[in-house]
Amino acid sequence: MRVNPRFTDALVRHFLNLQAYFTVGLLVVIVFIIFIKGISNCSLSFMLTYPEDMGRHGGIFPAIMGTVFLAALSIVFATPLGLGTAIYLTEYTRESRLTTIIRFGVESLAGIPSIIYGLFGFIFFVIKLGMGWSLLSGALTMTIMILPTIIRTSEEAIKAVPRNLRIVSHSLGATKWETTVKVVLPSAAPGILTGIMLSIGRAVGETAAVIFTMGSSLRLPASLMDSGRTMAVHFYILAREGISMEKAYATALVLVVSILAINILAYYTMNRVIAKYS
Amino acid sequence: MNVKIRTEKLTVRFGNNEALKGVDLDVCKNSITGFMGPAGSGKSTLISLINRMIDFEDGVRIEGGLSIDGEDILGTSVDVVGLRRRVGTVFAVPLPLPRSIFENIAYGPRLKGINKKSDLDDIVEESLKKAVLWSEVCDRLHVSALKLSGGQQQRLCLARTLALRPEIILLDEPCSGLDPISTAKIEEALNELKKDYTIILVSNNTKQIARACDFAAFFYMGTLVEFDQTEKIFTNPRVKQTEDYIQGKFG
Repeated sequence: MRVNPRFTDALVRHFLNLQAYFTVGLLVVIVFIIFIKGISNCSLSFMLTYPEDMGRHGGIFPAIMGTVFLAALSIVFATPLGLGTAIYLTEYTRESRLTTIIRFGVESLAGIPSIIYGLFGFIFFVIKLGMGWSLLSGALTMTIMILPTIIRTSEEAIKAVPRNLRIVSHSLGATKWETTVKVVLPSAAPGILTGIMLSIGRAVGETAAVIFTMGSSLRLPASLMDSGRTMAVHFYILAREGISMEKAYATALVLVVSILAINILAYYTMNRVIAKYS
Repeated sequence: MNVKIRTEKLTVRFGNNEALKGVDLDVCKNSITGFMGPAGSGKSTLISLINRMIDFEDGVRIEGGLSIDGEDILGTSVDVVGLRRRVGTVFAVPLPLPRSIFENIAYGPRLKGINKKSDLDDIVEESLKKAVLWSEVCDRLHVSALKLSGGQQQRLCLARTLALRPEIILLDEPCSGLDPISTAKIEEALNELKKDYTIILVSNNTKQIARACDFAAFFYMGTLVEFDQTEKIFTNPRVKQTEDYIQGKFG
């Protein structure tokens, strides 16, 4: 017997709807729980003061700054490198064995668990290059970790720029580089920015690889060679070692809200870019 | 007559496919020369040689000569970027860059190093006037070029090409997607422009060639079948094939 196609259609539609609501619902529940548990301990002074007694009291100012420094440095290192690779792969070379190998390498990098990056960073940057547990070791490790994301998203974004725009630019007397900078990259900017946002998210949320390479000092890192702590690491240590669940949730709240804020800011910037180039 | 572009036994192969077969042609300065012929006749290939956009194709082999003002432009040592500033191109589809009307036209001049606002203002106004578009857009130069109609976009592309101050303008079926009024405006612009430029107009529309061009070339399967003054081609063609094509018996 054949099932009524209208019935199956409706069933599938409701089922897919349900799945979508479930996903969003999950996000709302997580944010809600963190908000409820964290809001009582979260205040401006919590964000602007130094921790006391391992974080049992006081605020998380150094962890906030540590997070900002680490994310900013990794992005500053990884964006030129990743974008450069993507531009090379899409604009400056034909598909060949070499590009296949580079792509395979990038894919493989993306699949490696973060703890392995941490271990590598520890052995190579911390020990071998003698950088110690430092902001620099952490940032370089994060750079390698987020590189695949930036390369892949940038490459997809650049590939999506219509070939005709390049042709027009060349026909107007532009060199390849001028075409890339003036036409291709502005059109690809929203996609590239998405990759950078995802990468910031990864760097900000990472714990294992950061503890191994940046350490977990509670002081405010004053130079590239100082150890420090990110909010995620702070949260992990507070919760893991039973120091203070209240402070842990308050930290988590600041973390989640700042990621949200970064995303909103990025969308705003992105729309400005799109408005200028369309 | 004053020769601007000369081809000598020009042959182009894409793999095993001969797109142009030994074409000898002289294009006259300050005139409009029309290229006509059915699809695959080689007219667009010839265009892409003159602006060297053929460099973007794979597996191309070129024999014979092509020169502008007696200067070879096919050699490997030719400054291709400089050539493309001398040879402006308008494509079949209007292809505005995703930016404002002003910035579209300023794109080429900026690449040449012209960055002064007043200079750019002058170039933009002059180019838009020559392309018969100024009156329609002068009050909204900073609106996105993508918001213009198809016909306006194509005239914008013509203005953008003129802003390069080229010597030669190649138009590759510029009116194929346009309505008759827009087409008339483009033709009107071209008729003024030929005083200062050498123009090549590729068109599938033989009536357009008859209306707009001083000289006409008929291509078929990669061969230049006939080339003469438009009047002669359309009133008294030497070759039967040309006559048949013009009368719409094939193509």
